[in-house]
Amino acid sequence: MRVLVGVKRVIDYAVKVRVAANKSGVELQNVKMSMNPFCEIAVEEAIRLKETKKATEVVAVSIGPKQAQDTLRTALAMGADRGILVTTDMRIDQELQPLSVAKILAKIVEEEDPSLVLLGKQSIDGDCAQTGPMLAGLLNWPQVTFAASVDVDGDKFRVERETDSGTEILEVASPALVTCDLRLNEPRYATLPNIMKAKKKKIDTRAAEDFGVDLTPRYEILEVVEPAPREAGILVEDVDQLVDKLKNEAKVIG
Amino acid sequence: KSTFSRLFSWARFVLQALIPTRTMLVCHRRLRGLLRRSASVVRNYTSHSQLPEEHRMVYEMCRQFADDELVPIAGKLDKEHLYPADVISKLGELGMMGVSVDTDHGGAGMDYLAYAIAIEEISRGCASTGIIMSVNNSLYCGPVDKFATPEQKEAFLTPYAAGEKLGCFGLSEPGNGSDAGAASTTATENDDGSWTLNGRKAWITNAHEADAAVVFATTDKSLKHKGISAFIVPRDTPGFSLGNKEDKLGIRASSTADLVFENCTVPADSILGDKGMGFKIAMMTLDAGRIGVASQALGIAQAALECATKYAQGREAFGKPISSLYAIQLKLSEMACKVDAARLLTWRAAMIKDENKNYTKEAAMAKL
Repeated sequence: MRVLVGVKRVIDYAVKVRVAANKSGVELQNVKMSMNPFCEIAVEEAIRLKETKKATEVVAVSIGPKQAQDTLRTALAMGADRGILVTTDMRIDQELQPLSVAKILAKIVEEEDPSLVLLGKQSIDGDCAQTGPMLAGLLNWPQVTFAASVDVDGDKFRVERETDSGTEILEVASPALVTCDLRLNEPRYATLPNIMKAKKKKIDTRAAEDFGVDLTPRYEILEVVEPAPREAGILVEDVDQLVDKLKNEAKVIG
Repeated sequence: KSTFSRLFSWARFVLQALIPTRTMLVCHRRLRGLLRRSASVVRNYTSHSQLPEEHRMVYEMCRQFADDELVPIAGKLDKEHLYPADVISKLGELGMMGVSVDTDHGGAGMDYLAYAIAIEEISRGCASTGIIMSVNNSLYCGPVDKFATPEQKEAFLTPYAAGEKLGCFGLSEPGNGSDAGAASTTATENDDGSWTLNGRKAWITNAHEADAAVVFATTDKSLKHKGISAFIVPRDTPGFSLGNKEDKLGIRASSTADLVFENCTVPADSILGDKGMGFKIAMMTLDAGRIGVASQALGIAQAALECATKYAQGREAFGKPISSLYAIQLKLSEMACKVDAARLLTWRAAMIKDENKNYTKEAAMAKL
């Protein structure tokens, strides 16, 4: 079974993000970039499937600038077999939107013919959580989002899905798409021998325009601003005072 | 590994059986130097962004490991003198205990620059872990990789580079630290070819956790420093015991103790390299070891700089953070300069070593 994993190059989660001076977006210059944490979890799950012999090949895909090659190389160092880099000059945190990403990935799925597509549930820059569901829609495949565990049973996938009230277990037929949530696994560190091996693994580079899909943004970002600083809270003496404040000051109860 | 490399290894293996070790070593080193020089370009990296992909990946990975696994426990390890067994085992799985050892022998097959970067980042998280890793890599795996026979490597290199076992290096003695040529530990040859060691080694890092030690002993006192030989002594050899752990002021999670040899007999094939090569092995090993400790010091310095900067930005005096005061700014910028200079010296020594050229002076400068 071939598994396709999407990885996105985003601002590192530990970085204190700042808004650019012209409010057009977030400051990306000289900022540390790394693989989206949910994508790491997806790669880890794919590698585990390979280790338990449920998958035969893991292909990592990334859409972004040339430097996204580093992200792909990290996926290879974790254990993916080969990578596909789709280069674009568009800003992948704003201009290249989930629908366009899903369209490109759909074309790649047609070429690579995987039985399972693993994506992170969302990226930490856009936080849209749309690419997975949109891709499944375009492919007309069953999808399970927010996966907490993935099991393979012949040509079916049994996936535990996180919901607000707990988890539910879904069984879907292959080929399917799964988006990965935090509790699915703990991504491994790339071992030094694997880092060396990753150098020799193949990365195919193609341009986003070559896929013949419409990449125009469907929405335009007008302004990016920092959230207003949080005001200090007030301590209240008792419940009566709390109710009074909620009624008369915050005006949230009648 | 390329076909040429493979052919070379095979040829070396065959020749090793026929030609005495010393001649073999000289020829091997000359040939390898030729290969490296012809294939390589002189490397001159001065900053992290210039590093090739795999070095950057090592840097990122080690940084992540240090931040996630070491920083949270470093204080506890130091206070309680705890040997970080879990962490060492994880590092072993990552290939970090034999960074520049061939993959055939359990190592990661990377160059010394990658090793220097790895030690720096790990030491930034926990200095004790850094020294444990550095001693195993440079002082134990280093000489064994360079001078051991294939059989010795199988038993004494592969598990150690893979992190399954730990090694240590016994050169210093209670009576001689800098004057390595005056080794008073003796090794007398017995009729059956085996050697009996008698003596004491002091201040040995990893002593209590090591599974084997590279020990230097005088085999022929009349030849002075040319009469010292190196031996690989497994921990469980009868007559080999340990002294008490030293109570140190720092790097307390790593054990430092004496190695005691009382009529400790080791088989004939325990000798590392040829008889009388000990001093040379020790000096060559220490050259590489200096890069390891220089990197460790660099990691500690970097961590100290980051800590000081953070504190200066937070601590207020006279209504402003003290980082706005010139005296503090001067101190911090001097620190930053020194750390940067140290890093350049260390990288330079590592890169020269990787080119197989003489790097003794550069390594000594880096350690300083």
